[in-house]
Amino acid sequence: MAQPVGFFTDVTLCIGCKACEVACKEWNALPNNPLEFRGSYDNTGQLDHANWRHVRFIEQPTKNPDKPIAWSMMSDVCKHCANASCLEVCPTDAIVRTEFDTVFIQQDVCNGCRDCIAACPYGVIGFNSTSGTAQKCTFCYDRLQNNLKPACATACPTQSIKFGPLDEIRQTAATRLATLHQQGMSEARIYGDKEYGGLHAFFLLTDKPETYSLPSTESAVLPSRNNIPGYLGAAVTAVVAAVAGLIAFRRRGETQP
Amino acid sequence: MPGEHFVVAPGWAWYILLYFFFAGISGGAFVIGTMLRLWGSPTDAAASRLAFIISFPLLLVCPILLTLDLGQPARFWHMLVDVGSGAPAFKAYSPMSLGVWGLTLFGLFSFVMFLGAVGEGGYLRWRVLAGAGRVMGSAVGKAFMVIGAIFGFFVAAYTGVLLAVSNQPVWSDTWTLGGLFLASGLSGAAACILLLSRQRREASVTDGKLMEADRYFIILELVLIALFLITVGGVISKVLGGGWILLWLVVLIGTLVPLIAEFRPTLVRQLPPVVVPALVLVGVLALRAVIIFSAQA
Repeated sequence: MAQPVGFFTDVTLCIGCKACEVACKEWNALPNNPLEFRGSYDNTGQLDHANWRHVRFIEQPTKNPDKPIAWSMMSDVCKHCANASCLEVCPTDAIVRTEFDTVFIQQDVCNGCRDCIAACPYGVIGFNSTSGTAQKCTFCYDRLQNNLKPACATACPTQSIKFGPLDEIRQTAATRLATLHQQGMSEARIYGDKEYGGLHAFFLLTDKPETYSLPSTESAVLPSRNNIPGYLGAAVTAVVAAVAGLIAFRRRGETQP
Repeated sequence: MPGEHFVVAPGWAWYILLYFFFAGISGGAFVIGTMLRLWGSPTDAAASRLAFIISFPLLLVCPILLTLDLGQPARFWHMLVDVGSGAPAFKAYSPMSLGVWGLTLFGLFSFVMFLGAVGEGGYLRWRVLAGAGRVMGSAVGKAFMVIGAIFGFFVAAYTGVLLAVSNQPVWSDTWTLGGLFLASGLSGAAACILLLSRQRREASVTDGKLMEADRYFIILELVLIALFLITVGGVISKVLGGGWILLWLVVLIGTLVPLIAEFRPTLVRQLPPVVVPALVLVGVLALRAVIIFSAQA
């Protein structure tokens, strides 16, 4: 029987080899990226319709003159949020939750309205102008259905990307965090425990989430938070406008013919 | 929390801008037509008819623009029918889903009132239209108009809520967009009726009332623009920076000139009468353009 699954990505183990990106592209038959120099070893740029894994190269200046730049690498991916913003706004129900509790875009249902792209707080979803649909990581749904690990986790040579049943993988993350804290790495933290009801792709980070282009826990909010204030603001405006109309259009001493 | 976004822009551009513009004017025109009929004098009936006659053709453009903007235009119907179950596809907390249904239902009201206005005005001498025209003045007709006006308010306003219900910078940082688009849509609709009433003498007797209403809508719009700029907080530079200030200038001209025309008429006496409503309409378009494009830049 299918059970909820998860990715645990440990940035302390990532060496930036991009094997995950290559395996993802190969398994999912995603197109190559155009060759261009971006001023960094990060020549993928961002997650989009053609890049479902993206190894971020975070370069930060240090005070050491011999090593002026410190690198941190992180293999980013769709977070498959428990409370998913994309799933919430999708007007066609093209975005569904699978039996593995992951978030999946049905390509034969999506009509390319791009509301999910506006909603995703992680900038994960891209628009494929060839297919006319929104696309993102499927968590290798086809592999999961055949009891195979996702391609990226299979290819990762350092075990930076771990895959497994969600409960087990969360326990693995907690143990790893405790080990790092014992070793004195007090800045290590788990990202994805609380955000959006718990992420199915969560991370062990060594800095605040914003450094990795992830919204902080306080900023990780759902689009639907603006439904009531938005409609309420419009309703109050409608009432004021109706009163304005009454004042402007009222009869002024005119009689019925 | 405003000011912290790691998102990708959805790439909503010209089709969406024009859709928001026409939806605002169409919804606003229906509301104004209804208010004139409910609260105005019998001489305002011609302007009311004009409002209903404007509303429907502008609304007809909207689904075309929406469909053209889709990556898969042939699947527009997926917004209305759940492909899996065949049941209606409706999600109350998705403004896009709600909006498509609102647009569809408003289309029904707008179409009927269009026929009624054509019949009442005698523009087409078909018996069925004459009957529809007579119903407009009845209690049933007025109740129908009021329900339609609620949908009109919705269609003019929900586009702002649609932007807000996202995680995009600017759009999701403020609650004002629904009200702002509504006020601006009403102002644009009043300007549109004023522009067209110059061709019809019987409708132009309402021009004074329409100009007064437009001033109120513009004041409401200016208050909401101020609230918008206050509420976006940390990302204000995104909407005001760079070349966007030029579009805000167009918005200001479109809102301030009608007010100057009322309170300092000598300053704009030289302008031909069509200029003021035309500036209002350009301002309504510019407001939507600056909000849609600056947030995605």
